Amino acid sequence: MNKFIKEKGLVLPLDRANVDTDFIIPKQFLKSIKRTGFGVNLFDEHRYLDKGLPDADNSNRPLNPDFVLNQPRYQGARILLAKDNFGCGSSREHAPWALDDYGFRAILAPSFADIFFNNCFKNGLLPIVLDKAIISALFDEVEASEGYQLEVDLEQQLITKPDGSSIPFVVDEFRKHCLLNGLDDIGLTLKDAEKIRSFEDNWRNSAPWYFTTTNATTT
Amino acid sequence: MSSRTLYDKIWDAHLVTERQDGTALIYIDRHLIHEVTSPQAFEGLRIANRLPWRADANFATPDHNIPTTSEERLQGLEGIKDPVSKIQVRTLDDNCQEFGIFELKMTDDRQGIVHVVGPEQGATLPGMTIVCGDSHTSTHGALGALAHGIGTSEVEHVLATQCLMQKKAKNMLVRVDGQLKPGCTAKDIVLAIIGKIGTAGGTGFTIEFGGEAIQALSIEGRMTVCNMAIEAGARAGLIAVDETTLEYIKGRPFAPAGELWDAAVESWRSLVSDADAQFDETVVLQAAEIEPQVTWGTSPEMVSPISGNVPDPAQEADETRRGNIQQALKYMGLQGGTAIKDIKLDCIFIGSCTNSRIEDLRAAAAVVKGKKVASSVEVAMVVPGSGLVKKQAEAEGLDKIFLEAGMEWREPGCSMCLAMNADQLGEGKHCASTSNRNFEGRQGFGGRTHLVSPAMAAAAAIHGHFVDIRDLG
Repeated sequence: MNKFIKEKGLVLPLDRANVDTDFIIPKQFLKSIKRTGFGVNLFDEHRYLDKGLPDADNSNRPLNPDFVLNQPRYQGARILLAKDNFGCGSSREHAPWALDDYGFRAILAPSFADIFFNNCFKNGLLPIVLDKAIISALFDEVEASEGYQLEVDLEQQLITKPDGSSIPFVVDEFRKHCLLNGLDDIGLTLKDAEKIRSFEDNWRNSAPWYFTTTNATTT
Repeated sequence: MSSRTLYDKIWDAHLVTERQDGTALIYIDRHLIHEVTSPQAFEGLRIANRLPWRADANFATPDHNIPTTSEERLQGLEGIKDPVSKIQVRTLDDNCQEFGIFELKMTDDRQGIVHVVGPEQGATLPGMTIVCGDSHTSTHGALGALAHGIGTSEVEHVLATQCLMQKKAKNMLVRVDGQLKPGCTAKDIVLAIIGKIGTAGGTGFTIEFGGEAIQALSIEGRMTVCNMAIEAGARAGLIAVDETTLEYIKGRPFAPAGELWDAAVESWRSLVSDADAQFDETVVLQAAEIEPQVTWGTSPEMVSPISGNVPDPAQEADETRRGNIQQALKYMGLQGGTAIKDIKLDCIFIGSCTNSRIEDLRAAAAVVKGKKVASSVEVAMVVPGSGLVKKQAEAEGLDKIFLEAGMEWREPGCSMCLAMNADQLGEGKHCASTSNRNFEGRQGFGGRTHLVSPAMAAAAAIHGHFVDIRDLG
């Protein structure tokens, strides 16, 4: 997994509440059996004027000039500024894969949907919950000043604004540790393999009805 | 031990270890797998040279992507016209074969939507922890299991470790007191709940649904309610175990039998919240006040009783909400103030993990029996949730009722709920759908979804616009 230590980048404001995972990456792109290449189809239904198809050449598709992602001033954005309940809907990890593949490294919003929030951390993408008033002020500042950048420092848990002032944020200790070191969850969990095995043995004894094998009924 | 909620009990029973910051390892009893969110996880296992921790805890079936027309399905895998879909379904078959995982393949008559098939096969049991790379895994909470959706990285994690790394959620009780009025269903209950608490109302919580109206529901009705817990923001929804639960499970292929059944039942009877258990939040609805529900917007919380009107943004004082309403109405092509009953439909979809079980099909068939789909309705399709649901419906003659009414009778799969296959709603078309999400583009590019119960969808098919099912006598 990619490490996340400190990231500085252009901020893109997506002024819309309840951005769902279909909005982030429409279902037709979920047919891929790969983890990469979703960036060109990020926000597909809003970014392009036509209907996107998997495996199609996206380079000649008509862009929607009104959509924020297509505005020249936001090209190369690395930090996404969003509204309430960002990432609601399905559990598709293709949503953080698409954001990551496009180049986003952090998302700032007043609230996130649970599964999406969780999926971000598995992919080196940092979702940050900030107070509604702070988010609202950031929207105003980004709008007002072209080239607006923020620096997100995970170690210090601080976001630094262009004027040098900073906003503290909260992050789960364990997730912070994993992101800073780019740690693989599975490897970490397997350090507790003995505990898992011993739990499993006890559980098999006390609740054997959960261990009737599915393979037994294979036809 | 102090009094605990049902969620507390299942959590405690599955706690392998807890880190200082509250991150826990939770043992997973059942992992359900489908073709869309698993290929990258299996690939991850291969790259790291890992094997599934416990292959027999896994249960797979393809559902999201497969065609639902008989002509394509009769030819098996080779019949899938879309080459990308075909690869994904074949990849699931290959992965299950390689890793020794039980799979109900597309050609098996027990195949179907994973959340329909799991309970149907008895692979979902009370007190289990269940995960699946699909947000509607919350469905299984209807049987008193702690079940929720996970992402693909977690699918790989569960395959490799049989555990999920997680922090405990808070407890919410949603109590529906009293009795439902005739014509109102589980779907109307859950849409009314989402309308009340909002799509983020349950974020960070596990919701237990309780109260007289919930207890009175069949297991299939309870699945409809728990299915949409995620639409209220909660990863998991739960309902206490009672006699209805036990009756449903007994005798199913994967359920314990004989002495093991008796021992299991004794244990499962404790799967209820203690009488004095504390919930972090409690929400109460009166069942008698719930009318048939119809969504008018692009989020499940944008819902109205059938007797109501599409909201007029001009009447909304809150600026953010006004903006959201305007945005939704623009996409939906609706005018504020329009009566819900005046919304005309181009398409009817009866299916999905929310409402594709036999009781759903019976309810829809009862409405269309002897009638014809309105000429203005272009497509009306019924997609059973599994091969066994289809078989049962055909044994009862429901297929004929639908076909005679002018509806299509399809093969099982997720179909137009998410439109990953060829079953797509046309641009600008209005669909009365028994599914769970009315997001922009969900059922097809530019498609306009209205979420309703099966009976309401069937009535809309006959009339070409929404009608109050209670007026049909």
